[in-house]
Amino acid sequence: MSVRHALLALLSEGPKYGLRLREEFEAGTGEVWPLNIGQVYTTLQRLERDGLIESDDGEERDSPQKRFRITAEGEHELAGWLRTPPDMSSPPRDELVIKVLVALQVPGIDVHEVIQAHRRYLVELMQQWTRIKDEADRDLALGLAVDAELFRLEAMVRWLDAADGRIQRAAAEPSARSRDDLPRVKRKAGVTR
Amino acid sequence: MSMLELRQVSKVYGQGAAEVHALREVSLEVDPGTMVAVMGPSGSGKSTLLTIAGSLEEPTSGQVLVAGQHLATMSRNDKARLRRQSIGYVFQDFNLLPGLTAAENVALPLELDGISARKAQAAGLRVLTDLGLADRASNYPDQLSGGERQRVAIARAVVGDRRLLLADEPSGALDSANAEAVMRMIRTACKQDVAAVVVTHDAQLASWADRVVFIRDGRIIDQTAPAPGPESLLGQDR
Repeated sequence: MSVRHALLALLSEGPKYGLRLREEFEAGTGEVWPLNIGQVYTTLQRLERDGLIESDDGEERDSPQKRFRITAEGEHELAGWLRTPPDMSSPPRDELVIKVLVALQVPGIDVHEVIQAHRRYLVELMQQWTRIKDEADRDLALGLAVDAELFRLEAMVRWLDAADGRIQRAAAEPSARSRDDLPRVKRKAGVTR
Repeated sequence: MSMLELRQVSKVYGQGAAEVHALREVSLEVDPGTMVAVMGPSGSGKSTLLTIAGSLEEPTSGQVLVAGQHLATMSRNDKARLRRQSIGYVFQDFNLLPGLTAAENVALPLELDGISARKAQAAGLRVLTDLGLADRASNYPDQLSGGERQRVAIARAVVGDRRLLLADEPSGALDSANAEAVMRMIRTACKQDVAAVVVTHDAQLASWADRVVFIRDGRIIDQTAPAPGPESLLGQDR
C-alpha cells in the first residue's frame, strides 16, 4: 500500500491537517491497513521535501496542527500513479506453492493431507473476512478491501483444489509423473534454491 | 437439541463390482441458528448427504434425526409431513413454478399442507417482506432476475415454521453480488433460528457458514475451527 499516494489523494480534495489525514486514510482503506501517526508525519515530510505538497509557513514543525496542501507537481504524480499498473508480470515466489511442490517429493508425506491443512486455514481466514463484511455491509471502502482479500484467498483455495485433483490423476497414471518431469515443473514455478 | 443429526451414515449405490460408496460413516450435527457448509469436489458425496438429510433418500446404514425424530422409525406419511412442514430445500436451478407469482410460489408449500389460501398467502408475504422482497411479491418468475428468483426460492424454503434449510449450490449460476445477497438471506434466516446446511465447492460461499465441513470420497475429513472475532484481522494496536 502506498501511504505516499494515499496521502496525496486525500490532499487532492483540499488542504488538511496531519491528524485529519490519518483519520481519513483509515476510513478510506476500510481500517484494514492501520497506520501509525509517526508514519503519516514522516511521509508528509518526504512529500514536502520532494515538492509534492506544501505546508503552512511559520507553524510549529511536525505539529498535528500543521496544514498541508498538494502542489501541481503532486497532482501530476498522483494522476500518473493511479494509472500505472502494479508489477504483476513476474510470478511471486509463493510459499504455499513451494510447500505443495516440496511435499510431493518427501517420502511418507500425504500431499492431500498437506493440501487440506492449507485449505482449512485459508477457508477459516475467509470466514473471518466474510463475517466482517456481513457486519459492515454499508461501508463501501471496507467492503471493497474485504472483497479483495476474499478473492485473493479464494484463488489460493481454487489452486489447492486443482492441485489436489491433478495430483490424484497423476497418481492414477504413474507414467505421467516420472521423476524426470519434476525439475522442469520446479523451474516453471520459479522455485530456486 | 440439534435440528439435524447424522450418525454414522453410509450410502452405497449398486452391488458387487459396481458398488459405489457415496457416503462412509458420516456424522454431523447442526444446531438451530447455525449455518454449516459442506465443501468438497464433485463426486465427493455432498449432494447425497443433503438428500439423505432431507429424507429424500434413505441411508444404507446409520441414523438420521431431524428435530430429534429418527427418520427410520417414521411412516411414509409422517416423513412427507416432516418434509412439508419442517424442511426447506433450495436447489441451484430455483424450481419456481412459472404460472404462479412470487408470493404464490412461497405460499404453495403451506397450501399443500392444508392451510387456507388466504392464510398461506399472508404468511408468504410476511417472509418475502422479512427477506426484503416485498416489492416483488406479485411478479411472475419470468419477471424476476436470476438472483431474485433464487431469493424467492429461499423464502419458499423457510416459509411457515420450517426450521431446517438444505441448499445445494444455492448461488451456483449467480454473479458475485447476487450470490452474496443469497448468502446474506440464508444468514438472516439462521438469525431467526433456522438451521442451514449448504453444500458447495465454492470457498466464498462456504465462508458465510459458521462451520465448514470438508468432504472427500464420501468421508468427512476435516472441519474449520470456531472463528475468532474480527479484531484478529483488523488489528488492535491503534
